[in-house]
Amino acid sequence: MSVEIGHFALVLALLVSLAQMVVPAWGAHVGDERLMAVGRSAAIGTFVLVLIAFVMLADAYVRSDFSVLNVWANSHSAKPLIYRLSGVWGNHEGSMVLWVLILTLFGAAVALFGGYLPSTLKARVLAVQASISFAFLIFILLTSNPFERLVPAPLEGRGLNPILQDPALAFHPPFLYAGYVGFSMAFSFAIAALIEGRIDAAWARWVRPWTLAAWMCLTLGIAMGSWWAYYELGWGGWWFWDPVENASFMPWLAGTALLHSAVVMEKREALKVWTILLAILTFSLSLMGTFLVRSGVLSSVHAFAVDPKRGIFILAIMTIFTGGGLALFAARATELKQGGLFSPISREGALVLNNVLLATAAGTVLIGTLYPLALEAVTGDKISVGPPYFNLTFGPLMVPLLLALPFGSFLGWKRGDLRAAAERLLTAAGIALVVAVLAFAFMSPGPWAAPLGLALGIWVLAGAISEVLFRARFGQAGLPEVARRLSNLPRSAWGTTIAHAGVGLMVIGIVATSAWQSERIVAMKPGEKTLIAGYMLEFRGIESGRGPNYSEDRGRFIVTRDGRRTTELYPAKRLYDAPRQPTTEAGIHVALWGDLYVVLGDAQKDGAFAVRLYFNPLVRFIWIGAVLMFIGGALSLSDRRLRVGAPRKSRKPMVVPAE
Amino acid sequence: MTRLFWRRPNVLFPLSSRGTFGHSIAVFLLFCMTIGAGIFPASAVQPDEVLSDARMEARARHISAGLRCMVCQNQSIDDSNAPLARDLRILVRERLKAGDSDEAVVSYIVQRYGDFVLLRPPFNFETVLLWAAPLLLLIGAGVFAWTQFRGSERQPTQDRIAEAPLSAEESRRLEEILRKDA
Repeated sequence: MSVEIGHFALVLALLVSLAQMVVPAWGAHVGDERLMAVGRSAAIGTFVLVLIAFVMLADAYVRSDFSVLNVWANSHSAKPLIYRLSGVWGNHEGSMVLWVLILTLFGAAVALFGGYLPSTLKARVLAVQASISFAFLIFILLTSNPFERLVPAPLEGRGLNPILQDPALAFHPPFLYAGYVGFSMAFSFAIAALIEGRIDAAWARWVRPWTLAAWMCLTLGIAMGSWWAYYELGWGGWWFWDPVENASFMPWLAGTALLHSAVVMEKREALKVWTILLAILTFSLSLMGTFLVRSGVLSSVHAFAVDPKRGIFILAIMTIFTGGGLALFAARATELKQGGLFSPISREGALVLNNVLLATAAGTVLIGTLYPLALEAVTGDKISVGPPYFNLTFGPLMVPLLLALPFGSFLGWKRGDLRAAAERLLTAAGIALVVAVLAFAFMSPGPWAAPLGLALGIWVLAGAISEVLFRARFGQAGLPEVARRLSNLPRSAWGTTIAHAGVGLMVIGIVATSAWQSERIVAMKPGEKTLIAGYMLEFRGIESGRGPNYSEDRGRFIVTRDGRRTTELYPAKRLYDAPRQPTTEAGIHVALWGDLYVVLGDAQKDGAFAVRLYFNPLVRFIWIGAVLMFIGGALSLSDRRLRVGAPRKSRKPMVVPAE
Repeated sequence: MTRLFWRRPNVLFPLSSRGTFGHSIAVFLLFCMTIGAGIFPASAVQPDEVLSDARMEARARHISAGLRCMVCQNQSIDDSNAPLARDLRILVRERLKAGDSDEAVVSYIVQRYGDFVLLRPPFNFETVLLWAAPLLLLIGAGVFAWTQFRGSERQPTQDRIAEAPLSAEESRRLEEILRKDA
């Protein structure tokens, strides 16, 4: 019964979103406040209805109700509770419900907290937002209904892919989707502004926090996916330029650009057209990501069982929103006049450079991802565009971006002094240079570009630190004065610094682990020892064990360094009960300067086991960097001055009558 | 910085998997289709494949990392556990032992399998747009930004705000706010 309630709620949500799409937009057109006000209750209503559907589906998963086709296909009664829950979005249908749930949550947030928005803008934003929900609800109901029944109900489900049964992956999709879908806010505001024909700093003040929140979620979501791939897939890599990774990376790049251009718009009223365009493109790339992942178009080599109807449906949604958005942009953008003068050497100019490079990078990833499909469609010839292409093209685009980044924060608005900025960055440049020389001297085997890459990361990191120190008058004022100034810095300034420091750390981690990873592939018998990166590993043999829903063979390794015992590692090979599928669990010794990573392979003929050992220097910096970006974003978001419509306490009562 | 290394041996599945959640779904769907087709858990480069000559082995690894596993999705033969990938890895090592240069080994394999096997697409008539794309995009974005920026230089700052009069509702709210503040 509850399953039918969920299904029914989804149908109702579709109808309410239709009302939310049409009524407020009409109200805004004719200037009728009452019609516009429908948007508010409809947005909350759609959210509540989709929430009911989601809860009903989750309930079916928790109860292991195998009379539901979707539950049967993706769950198993012996799974731990958390993976029965995460199984809700561990499949196509359920993940689309989550997608729409987050979408309507954002819509409801505008309805609830958008008191300060001009009513026509708010009505139009809600209408655009509803049109997206409407499209995806139809998609779910027509092609991907999670509430389909299965008669007769089987006794047991088929289970969830064991590699998905993992804590990081349980929360990876919700964050990723919050990011993807969060950019719909920027899109809706952009479209509403184009329809209104007006855009001002207040608009940017609204869009920026939403974009920032979405960007934070996407950053964390991608980082979680990368972290998971690193430890769970058992090959020690963390990024593969896989089309599906690219699908999430493109909106991230465009979203990063959008975030920065929204700053210019908010502070200086400049770059309006550019910001609107980026808002449309960022969400379009999110839709593109959804299309690429959901349609199965990427796997032309192994066309797997994805209903082609779904692919065409999402392609249609993507075409309508991207095409419609861009057409509207082309028609109306000229009416939006730029404001705010600035010279090329200025904070604005630096942010324009940031935008140009990030947009180019996003475009390059897009073309690299789609080119094989396009070429095959046009000529029938198949080519592969793999990691070497992306490294060759994406890397060089990041170099000027990272070089320019520290300058940007030291340049003033309108007209900056490049020489003064360079003088203030002298220390940072010196540190970077010293590190490069040291790396050349001591890390001689390895690619020649690696020390330069390392220096680039240090440069960004040191540049970010120099900025706060400069703002605190470090070296000019006394220490108490510096401390006072540091504590008085606005949170948004700290946010910028921390996020940029995160970028620097990430670059350091990427360069170090890519260039100086050590690897050994050996066959080891119990009792044998092997050496890697200063660690001595002794293989003590294999023992069998049993987990909640798997059996495993666990290898035992005693790790010593300089004769002292460091740790014991237990890399394992698991066989899950349902589906019967093997996985490997790497044994990882975590340290800040690098991970020792051990993978147990197959038994060899002579009683030995294949063992893979890696030392991944500074690999943690990659995820620490991502987390710092998230924290930086959160700090900036919590800055009261920049929070949208954050009224002072005493003025709060007037928000309500203003509705 | 620009030349990252690709080392991700020990693949768990007969057919590739990698990366993010969505991909895992792909793997899962794939898995559903391959139930009964047999699973061969194995790792990529096996100890018995490793050449005793470390320099030659490094060359073999470098070449393998650039060759696509033909039965996998976007995975190099260096990472794949598919039997075909193992055959190719052994073939690469045999050619190297026979004295072939790196280029000769690659062209030998391309002759047999076509350009599809190369993870780094060759530069030719068909891929000229692919390789030119970053530069064209950079120029395009730069020109667009420049025109925007030029526009901003010529425009008086506040013209648009002055042009748009307040709507009735805005005037009402402005009045309300002013009254509250006073």
